[in-house]
Amino acid sequence: MNYELKEKAIKYIFAALAFSSVIFLVGIVLVLFREGLPAFMYVNPWKFLSGSAWYPTQEPAEFGILPIVLASLWVTFGAMMLCVPLGIGSALYIHELAGFKQRAVLKPLIELLAAIPSIVYGFFGMVVVAPFIQHLLRLPTGLCAFSASLVLGIMAIPTVASIAEDSLSYVPNSFREASFAVGADRWQTLTKVIIPAAGSGISTAIILGMGRIVGETMTVLMVAGGAAVIPHTFFQPVRPMTSTIAAEMGEAVMGSAHYHALFAIALLLFFCTLIINIIAEIIGRKYRLKLGLGR
Amino acid sequence: MNNIKNRIIQQAGFILLTLCVGLTVYFLGTILYFIIINGFHVISWEFLTQAPRKAMTAGGVAPAIIGTLYLTLGAVMFALPLGLACAVYLTEYSPSGWVVNLLRMSISNLAGVPSVVFGLFGLAVFVKMMGFGVCILSGSLTLGILILPGIIAAAQESLISVPQSLREASLAVGATQWQTISRVVIPAALPGVLTGVILSVGRAAGETAPILFTAATFFTRGCPSSPLSETMALPYHIYALMTEGTHPQQQTAIAYGCALILLVMVLMISGAAIVIRQKNQMPLSR
Repeated sequence: MNYELKEKAIKYIFAALAFSSVIFLVGIVLVLFREGLPAFMYVNPWKFLSGSAWYPTQEPAEFGILPIVLASLWVTFGAMMLCVPLGIGSALYIHELAGFKQRAVLKPLIELLAAIPSIVYGFFGMVVVAPFIQHLLRLPTGLCAFSASLVLGIMAIPTVASIAEDSLSYVPNSFREASFAVGADRWQTLTKVIIPAAGSGISTAIILGMGRIVGETMTVLMVAGGAAVIPHTFFQPVRPMTSTIAAEMGEAVMGSAHYHALFAIALLLFFCTLIINIIAEIIGRKYRLKLGLGR
Repeated sequence: MNNIKNRIIQQAGFILLTLCVGLTVYFLGTILYFIIINGFHVISWEFLTQAPRKAMTAGGVAPAIIGTLYLTLGAVMFALPLGLACAVYLTEYSPSGWVVNLLRMSISNLAGVPSVVFGLFGLAVFVKMMGFGVCILSGSLTLGILILPGIIAAAQESLISVPQSLREASLAVGATQWQTISRVVIPAALPGVLTGVILSVGRAAGETAPILFTAATFFTRGCPSSPLSETMALPYHIYALMTEGTHPQQQTAIAYGCALILLVMVLMISGAAIVIRQKNQMPLSR
């Protein structure tokens, strides 16, 4: 009797602790709403999203985040152009071409590289990439959308590569054997059997890589330059959402319009990444069903 | 004829893939090369054990190293019990479908939240609402939430890989479920859990955005004295050296040193985790 009671109590304690992640997620949403929504007492939501001037400390202050959102889009797009082909190419190489020894080196290496902190990438971008780009292209400053895309793209390669590699390894070997049996060569098997079979897994890798890039803070803060103007070329300084928050929160007066506006940006950012994650989750689930893994 | 064409296509395709890997390794190699070459000659005994002097142009970064250790330790102490409990609940007590879905959904979405948003959450909740102020405690809690999903995922994976027969044997000799979990399942899953913990330590040590408003400061005279004091931290120190202060030239050199220390710390930690996992994959995969 005593035992049963104890067992039950333990089970409920575990259940309560397990719900901590739900609480934290809900807590984050609540905090963002609570601190972010008051921003719309100072600026109406439409002007907030479509306004092209971000002068939070001027009198009167202007809170238009269009340049900030566009900067995030540009930098993310640029970084994807780099990390998607290289990440997936690397995954295919490791999975298809690398011999046993090469794979034993490359797989842990990629994983190790995924662990390099983003501040190190940001620092590298600031002291090496930006001056290099500046000299190469004779720009007034190397801290621009292009440099940020470059560094972010390199940073996201290991993420994309390791998730894509995982999804390739889930493709049952029988698929490959069947393809060889009907006379296809390795390249045909790869492009017509393996890649389509792993397709949604690879899409998940791309989407999660995008999530990482959109939310990345320190790298863009240090490398993107930080001018809150609507970007016209890749070679001008920009200020994406994450770096706006990180750069200005320290100066914003607690409870001021500026403070709330920064939380409103964070709210937008949060929902962007939430949508990205949900899409990845849905695709991933379909993929597991398709391959009969059913997890 | 067709055969030759196919072979050429295959060769071209393989060359393309090799190029991808080559470029990736080249890019990442370049980063490591620059940090190591420029950071190496900055590091000395004094650099590792002294506080900064002369407006950040001389002395060492010991307070930042210690601060990072405290922050990381605090984060793990907070996240490990929660994460392990969550994983045990999900795998051992097999709750009903909607609970599993809810928990899984929250965990995977929590994992995708940008680090700067965690920082804002920490600022609003720990620093302001709970009144801890900018300090190690606030920073550790914020980092703890950040690494929670990773710890849960790793713990869950290693709990699942514990063979069902172990549980059945334990229950068969009359052990209760809790005895089975605490004395059979968790010990068997420990190496996997450890791997996950170590990997999250590496993550927590390198994160900057979450501690930006919750814990970090550019300069303290010595090492932090209590969990409620603000602290220097390696990743933040790199950022501050590059964006604040009055001697950019000397500060860049010091930043190289900090970056190298951070890099070595994180890579050693993650490397250890990968080695532990590879060693343990063998017995468990039976």
